[in-house]
Amino acid sequence: MVLQILFIAITLAAVALFSYNLKKVIRNIRIGKAADRTDQPQKRFMTMVKVALGQTKMFFRPVPAFLHLIVYAGFIIINIEVLEIMIDGVFGTHRIFGGLGPVYNFLIGSFEILALGVWLGCVVFLIRRNVLKLKRFSGVEMTSWPRSDANYILITEILLMTAFLLMNAADTKLQAMGASHYTAAGSFPVSQYLSNLLPNSEGALIAIERGCWWFHIIGILAFLNYLPYSKHFHILFAFPNTYFSNLEPKGEFTNMQSVTNEVKAMLDPSFSPPEAEAGKFGAKDVNDLSWVNLMNAYTCTECGRCTSVCPANITGKLLSPRKIMMDTRDRLEEVGKNIDKTGNGFDDGKSLIDSYISREEIWACTSCNACTQACPINIDPLSIITELRRYAVMEESQAPASINAMLGNIENNGAPWKYSPADRLNWAKES
Amino acid sequence: MSEQLNFEVPTMAEMIAKGEEPEILFWVGCAGSYDERAQKTTRDICKILHHVGIKYAVLGTEESCTGDPAKRAGNEFLFQMQAMTNIEVLNGYNIKKIVTGCPHCFNTIKNEYPGLGGSYEVIHHTQLIQDLINDGKLKAEGGESFKGKKITYHDPCYLGRGNDVYEAPRKALEVLDAQLVEMKRCKSNGLCCGAGGAQMFKEPEKGNKDINIERIEEALETQPQVIAASCPFCMTMLSDGVKMKDQDKNVQVLDIAEITARANGL
Repeated sequence: MVLQILFIAITLAAVALFSYNLKKVIRNIRIGKAADRTDQPQKRFMTMVKVALGQTKMFFRPVPAFLHLIVYAGFIIINIEVLEIMIDGVFGTHRIFGGLGPVYNFLIGSFEILALGVWLGCVVFLIRRNVLKLKRFSGVEMTSWPRSDANYILITEILLMTAFLLMNAADTKLQAMGASHYTAAGSFPVSQYLSNLLPNSEGALIAIERGCWWFHIIGILAFLNYLPYSKHFHILFAFPNTYFSNLEPKGEFTNMQSVTNEVKAMLDPSFSPPEAEAGKFGAKDVNDLSWVNLMNAYTCTECGRCTSVCPANITGKLLSPRKIMMDTRDRLEEVGKNIDKTGNGFDDGKSLIDSYISREEIWACTSCNACTQACPINIDPLSIITELRRYAVMEESQAPASINAMLGNIENNGAPWKYSPADRLNWAKES
Repeated sequence: MSEQLNFEVPTMAEMIAKGEEPEILFWVGCAGSYDERAQKTTRDICKILHHVGIKYAVLGTEESCTGDPAKRAGNEFLFQMQAMTNIEVLNGYNIKKIVTGCPHCFNTIKNEYPGLGGSYEVIHHTQLIQDLINDGKLKAEGGESFKGKKITYHDPCYLGRGNDVYEAPRKALEVLDAQLVEMKRCKSNGLCCGAGGAQMFKEPEKGNKDINIERIEEALETQPQVIAASCPFCMTMLSDGVKMKDQDKNVQVLDIAEITARANGL
């Protein structure tokens, strides 16, 4: 009874803490400017199903895609087992679904095979990161925290799966011994081989079984609460992120409505623009970006597919699309903490541009969309780069000199080069 | 195959004066108008239009930059000024269909002009060529033979990834009976030439290599006789790359329109 109360208390506390942190993240995302992404709900839903659930974009790189699929399927499916654990924990029962008989045996059997798959997958992932040291997992932005974060996640998953399998192994043995409370239920294709490693005393087996049970469930609850601090948030945010992702052709940049009104007023004196909302052009800081940009930042799992295909990064420039996303999240977290401490409107003298992302980075972008194409969950670093450029050019008039010259030419001659508009048709004439 | 045109290129103003309307407007673009290398492509597009007898016109001196480089560089004001001025001209002539000689103009007019009041059916010149081939109006005969030649095609970002046009340019190459070889990074995974996002107009940031060199090395790995392009900016970057690698004697960089015109003896 005490244990049941303890279990309920721990679970409620974990869920409450997670809700509290999730609310804060959602508040942070809402710092961003409005953007309408509610059109074409059916297409959005299908995009989410294909890209997030079906992981179609992962399969561009088959090896990690396969491993990731196993870990992902394991994660989702083993959660059915967590449901049983929850019920057992609350009511003090043992394997409450055991009455399902052959269905239950099949389920537990598949969980075990998946658990082994997850275990192996995570080991291979650890090797890829720490032994093979794949280039994709390095870079200026991959400082010690993001690298540790990845390792913590993988190690935790390995520990959780180990606990799950050991728990079953002890359970099998207890069931075979006819221990009271351990009614025979489940089939154990993987853990039966672990049974021999375990002691024979009933007391020790119960200690192992209970220990692993508690470790497994507390581990999962702790992991849930780790998400808001981690790149692993993608397991939740991948879904809304793909649902609200850009459905227009990648080449299309948004037209700024605030500019349209001003340009219309300039070209047509009779046009009276609607009340202009206060605000700047482009983005200096995270609150100037759209909420989609900010959700993108929380969704990024730092896999580096974007950076590995970025032409600027490949050729040694400072720009890394992954860094753009990580900087945006770091800055947003910082702004969020400022709000927690001092309320809205606090100025810490920092901004996304310059304090986090340098001018050199934003001007190295070729807007080629390789990053947005490569992202397995439709994150868009290019739109953040564009907003930062808009701020630099329209608010500060700070662009590289050659860019300013090009802009001057368009303004004066209607072409990015210094040619006379009168010569535009010369190509058609006899020379 | 003289460089010059042996026919007049009709302008919209002339056509309207005669009380006629073109089937399609050819949007030449700044590079196609002023860049010497791109002018050749422009003339070849006209030769193709003339050859198949499509009634077309250009805006001539009434054309102005679409505003694409300004928009990519972050100057939305200048972009919208250009866009609205162009839309006024296009709508004034009641234009319905446009073919562009440049993926950047194509993307901007097709995707970014409708929101500002300019809605047209916009195609890129490789799509026009594909349509003409599909309709049997254009073949690959009567001119230079590309049979068996090794050709690799470089996808421009704003045509490929930007607008999912991958098949049209390849269709134009398929009819040549040439040997098409794909680079390792092609189609949706294609590598940029280095010119997009207004990079064309500035020096690259500090790095260890120029992007067009990275790209040309990959293109040369396929040991091509021809590197096919379909964007005037890619053309510049790729041609420069081939020269830097001292391969300009062995490898030609040609636009799809040039290849088509040559294959048809235009």
